[in-house]
Amino acid sequence: MSSQPTPATPATPSPGTWTARLSAWIEGLVPKGQWLPDRQPAYVASWIYVFGVACLASLVVVIASGLVLTLGGLTWWHSSSLGRFVNSTHLWSVELFFATMVIHLWGKFFMAAWRGHRGLTWATGALAFFGSLGTAFTGYLIQTNFDSQWISTQAKDGLNAAGIGAYFNVMNVGQMVLWHVSLLPLVVGVIVGLHLLLVRRRGVVPPIGAEAPSDVAQPVTPERRERAVSGPSAPEPSSVPDESRPERAPTGSGARP
Amino acid sequence: MSSEFFAAAEPTPAGAVVQWGFITVTVANLVTILVMILVFVLAVLLPFPGSHEEDEQ
Repeated sequence: MSSQPTPATPATPSPGTWTARLSAWIEGLVPKGQWLPDRQPAYVASWIYVFGVACLASLVVVIASGLVLTLGGLTWWHSSSLGRFVNSTHLWSVELFFATMVIHLWGKFFMAAWRGHRGLTWATGALAFFGSLGTAFTGYLIQTNFDSQWISTQAKDGLNAAGIGAYFNVMNVGQMVLWHVSLLPLVVGVIVGLHLLLVRRRGVVPPIGAEAPSDVAQPVTPERRERAVSGPSAPEPSSVPDESRPERAPTGSGARP
Repeated sequence: MSSEFFAAAEPTPAGAVVQWGFITVTVANLVTILVMILVFVLAVLLPFPGSHEEDEQ
């Protein structure tokens, strides 16, 4: 008796499954090839863009040094030279984080970076800034020294005067430790992740008067999403010759990030 | 031990401040702000290495 081997079922996902829908949704979050692009428009070749990346790199060091600090606890840095080193690394990476974030913010403000359906990118950046302020503030409160005592009492007065002092207690060290190491980093992390996703989704804003080249990230607008779903029945606006259109910025090979 | 404790307990000197009307800022913070503005201006003005590679070809 001979038996024919059963042919393997092709691994094509059924479009009706939730995993296929989730996969399609994730792939559609950013334009194809823009999750980690290897080419950027020529106008991205500027020092001003370095500060956004430097801010992100600083955040990585902040989180890493903060994780090491959790091993020794709040008072580690008072009694150990290693603890003081890690604590200082945490402090100075935070200083660098805020300095680079503010310079990034100045640059984006003067570029009017909210143009071209990028309002949410700007808003999440601002939210990340304010969330980071709160996280840094709770860090001051858990130094376990006279500085943190003085700051917490002054803050308590200010928050009570603002009418929000009953919702949390900045003089409760245990509460502030948990806010600083879990709640607020989670909030900032989610907002920063959303900000990066929107940067990839919308693309880097072109200079005022220029337009992004067609072979790099184009903002995912409702019109483009509709065109991608229904097919190329309508011509892509960037392919329509129009002498009144602003000059396109070239895609420079030197513009690789 | 006790001398170390009391040395640590002494308040840190506040440092020099600059007062301009109702604005009071420590010299350290003022220097930091000015350096940040300088870095921002340099970032805008200085060319990025390799940014003119395409033009030269």
